[in-house]
Amino acid sequence: MSPDPLEGLKERFTELDWHLSHGQEVVRVEREQLLEFATAAQEAGFDMLADVTAVDWYRSREPRFDVVINLLSMSHRARLRILVGLARDDTVVPSLVPLWPGANFAEREVFDFFGIVFEGHPDLTRILMPDDWDGFPLRKDYDTGAVPVQFKASHKVS
Amino acid sequence: MSIRRTAPSNLLTASIDKAARWAQTRSMFPATFGLACCAIEMMATGAAHNDLARFGMEVFRASPRQADLMIVAGRVSQKMAPVLRQVYDQMPDPKWVISMGACASTGGMFNNYALVQGVDQIVPVDMYVPGCPPGPQGLMHGILTLHDRIMAGKA
Repeated sequence: MSPDPLEGLKERFTELDWHLSHGQEVVRVEREQLLEFATAAQEAGFDMLADVTAVDWYRSREPRFDVVINLLSMSHRARLRILVGLARDDTVVPSLVPLWPGANFAEREVFDFFGIVFEGHPDLTRILMPDDWDGFPLRKDYDTGAVPVQFKASHKVS
Repeated sequence: MSIRRTAPSNLLTASIDKAARWAQTRSMFPATFGLACCAIEMMATGAAHNDLARFGMEVFRASPRQADLMIVAGRVSQKMAPVLRQVYDQMPDPKWVISMGACASTGGMFNNYALVQGVDQIVPVDMYVPGCPPGPQGLMHGILTLHDRIMAGKA
């Protein structure tokens, strides 16, 4: 347990895109390689999954979605961020629940708001929106649903 | 609420009516429906400095079956709306609703898909208390104005 977990991972996966972001190590992994990399990271000492979230780049970049996985090693005090890029019409990614059970709710939240399907998740249902809700609210092409409001000081009628 | 439905109208039932309304206002039990930040101010209203106990209202009933007043304190999300309606339906008559704060009254600063834009789309509201959040004095003013309206027979 003594070696630095990041050093070991970098040696083993040198071909991946590693960079520093505000002092934190970030690695970009392809979807097909995610489970292998995550298992290696867990064995190296990243025993806690802090969060799973996603980014919708919409038209500014292909692939459209980024799934962001934050790992923490409590014994080594190290953090690692994993980015997995997903195309707009192929938003499926393997679930990390078999490795870290704490990913359960976080992946449900990403599914609820971005529509990214996690293969192997035990119960992939909506968690914050009502169960029969249509659409994925945090995608950039989802309208905010604002109700037009007439304010007293404004001159035009909206 | 009137007992005139069962008895013919005369001076006696008018004063019984008035006595009934007096009793309703003097110990109105609120049901706990603190949803968000307004709940903190509602707790402050029930606490020592601004005391709801002087109006007989410090006991917030957990069960809606034992409550008269529902203070909707906070944002109502789309997922919470059917729950709100069910709790309201479970309260026995006579019952009143205070919509506390901007979010419960109109959706507040959250004009979006996730929140119900005004709790009066779900339950009939008797008193709207503005504020984000309304201070304890504001909520108290709303509660006492509701008491006055009930005494006057208007709610």
